[in-house]
Amino acid sequence: MCNIKGGIDFSGLQQIIDKSDKKESSLIMILHETQNLYGYIPREAQGYIAQQLSIPASKVYGVVSFYSYFVDKPKGKYQVSVCMGTACYVKGAEDVLKRLEEELGIAFGETTEDLKFSIAQTRCLGDCSKAPVIMINDETYGMVTPDEVPLILNKYKEA
Amino acid sequence: MISITINNKPIMVEEGTTILEAAKKLNILIPTLCHLNLHDINVNSETASCRVCMVENTKNGKLIPACATRVWEGLDVRTDTLKVIRTRRIMIELLLSDHPKDCLVCAKSGHCELQNLANENNIRSVRFNGKQHNCKIDDTSLSLVRDMNKCILCKRCETMCNDIQTVGVLTDVGRGFDTVVGTAFDHPMHETVCTFCGQCVSVCPTGALTEVDNTSQVWNALDSEKTVIVQVAPAVRVALGEEFGMEAGSIITGKMVSALKALGFDYVFDTNFAADVTVMEEASEFIDRFKNGGTLPILTSCCPSWIKFVEHNFGDLVDIPSSCKSPHEMFGALAKTYFAEKIGKNPKDIIVVSVMPCVAKKYESARPELSNQQIGTSDVDIVISTRELARMISEATLDFTSLPDSEFDRFMGQSTGAAAIFGATGGVAEASLRTAYDLITGESLQDVNFTPLRGFENIKEATVNINGTNINIAVASGLGNARKLLEMVRNGEKEYHLIEIMACPGGCIDGGGQPYIRGDIDILNKRMNAIYQIDSDKKIRKAHENPELQQLYKEFLGEPYYGQKAHDLLHTHFHARKKYDEA
Repeated sequence: MCNIKGGIDFSGLQQIIDKSDKKESSLIMILHETQNLYGYIPREAQGYIAQQLSIPASKVYGVVSFYSYFVDKPKGKYQVSVCMGTACYVKGAEDVLKRLEEELGIAFGETTEDLKFSIAQTRCLGDCSKAPVIMINDETYGMVTPDEVPLILNKYKEA
Repeated sequence: MISITINNKPIMVEEGTTILEAAKKLNILIPTLCHLNLHDINVNSETASCRVCMVENTKNGKLIPACATRVWEGLDVRTDTLKVIRTRRIMIELLLSDHPKDCLVCAKSGHCELQNLANENNIRSVRFNGKQHNCKIDDTSLSLVRDMNKCILCKRCETMCNDIQTVGVLTDVGRGFDTVVGTAFDHPMHETVCTFCGQCVSVCPTGALTEVDNTSQVWNALDSEKTVIVQVAPAVRVALGEEFGMEAGSIITGKMVSALKALGFDYVFDTNFAADVTVMEEASEFIDRFKNGGTLPILTSCCPSWIKFVEHNFGDLVDIPSSCKSPHEMFGALAKTYFAEKIGKNPKDIIVVSVMPCVAKKYESARPELSNQQIGTSDVDIVISTRELARMISEATLDFTSLPDSEFDRFMGQSTGAAAIFGATGGVAEASLRTAYDLITGESLQDVNFTPLRGFENIKEATVNINGTNINIAVASGLGNARKLLEMVRNGEKEYHLIEIMACPGGCIDGGGQPYIRGDIDILNKRMNAIYQIDSDKKIRKAHENPELQQLYKEFLGEPYYGQKAHDLLHTHFHARKKYDEA
């Protein structure tokens, strides 16, 4: 059966809800599984969950916004993490992050419209001798200067 | 009983008493900010989030919040040690460090609990220069303004919106310092399922939640060439005096009329007149449904917040409320037709201003159904609250307390005791019964007092025998109670013929536009007593005996009541709205 709203297919979500007890106390469990399903928790899905559990949408949104684990925007294909550990910070990680935000036109925590890049912050990556460090998915780049940022990104933009 | 000691004074209190309550019995006033307790109307918010009420346990030197800590045997606390005083100061200074310093021009100035707290605790500087919130002000709705930069996260509004009213619009959004009281998906208020009851404004200690101020529009209207007509709701006259330092419950109807005339309104009329008309229409509609097998129960429709609540939450029951417009809307419809004819004015040259104890009426007056298509205007043009009227009176340099008494103008100024009690929970049902009894039996009801319908109880019930038939009546105030009542009706658990509902706990005397009561339930009791005092002082206490009303039906609406012309002008319709906020 087709169960689509706002471009989002709710049939998988409906299954998650159906196997719960449909009580408010199951909200966090449902949200976890929803994020596993979609990779994030679309706002449309939050409204849908509210209706199914008969609780105000504000309550669902409040919980999603509280836990940093839950995200309500899709993550990009490439997760760019800027290390904000002490060593990287001292060596200018903030300037690198700023340049990254400028180059991608998004702020920390956001995703580009083409769903290619997201920017995340991270704590110490254990590679302090190469500070400042950034990571793109599993690949690490050390001693990054702000001017190097567009060069590194180009590799992924073309990919 | 439990024996404790506060500031070396021993006292015995009942188990479950908070330190705050025990201290009050010893005349020790522990300052509070987030705390709110209105026992009689079942409102209690004790999040203990502000930490202003900390007291010292003398046994171990630890600080504990007085508002949320229940006493135990042998407890010994101090409220006046240097440690307590310093802690309290730090707490207040921390709150002030992230609070705008525009107190001089803030809408809550003079009524702000944070401002008072800072003053009473001798705060003369703020030592902490921390991060400041920078939230966008939400002034999109016609009723409420939200400025979250002024929020101190006491959560009183959330308690009201979620626990008491069960509307569920306000929630914590985010975490840590970035937490704000927000809405689902950060939508502006006018896009949410908010009913605009304004109870969040009533309990907000600061300027974070305020009403939309329409006083400038009224001043402009008064300065225009148009004929400006004002009407005043029943609950305003028992509360307005408080804004001028008068005792709560002072009945200041005469002074209020003088003030309105001095402000320059061309005609000063009474919403109570229209409340009497509402009784006639609603009672007649009830009798019609009752005799002809129509939908029962009939629900009162005077309260716009309640109506919006039904439209959102009980979309399957929107045919149950009476089709009557609310009294001030009926007034507007009649002012622009009946009264316009009387004074020979084009209704387009008339501006109707309503003074209401309510902020939902602001939103209501813009509902497209509540306008006259033929004339092409809204029934009511501008709505101001009791608080806004008080500010206008001050602006006009009037010394309110020394004003003489004046009378309402003729044609739409006379009212009965039945109309007066619209201002308190249970009043509309009682007023309708007084008339329904007479209309059904053809006799005159002797004892007009239906006391089981009075008071602050959450849900009140009564059965009245009219001509051998039992009429079951229920009354609820507060939307959470209304929800319970309607669910029982929907499930078939209860069968009623007539239900009255008011969104604000206690009815309009506790409306979202009334002078702030700051948790003082005595003020509400005094207002309620004043309402019933006005009723019992009236010679005429049944709506259908109002001479001006009889003239209205005879000359203009046509008899009997609930006829075609009345239907066109005084009745409306409701429609189901979304139940949940959507992305």
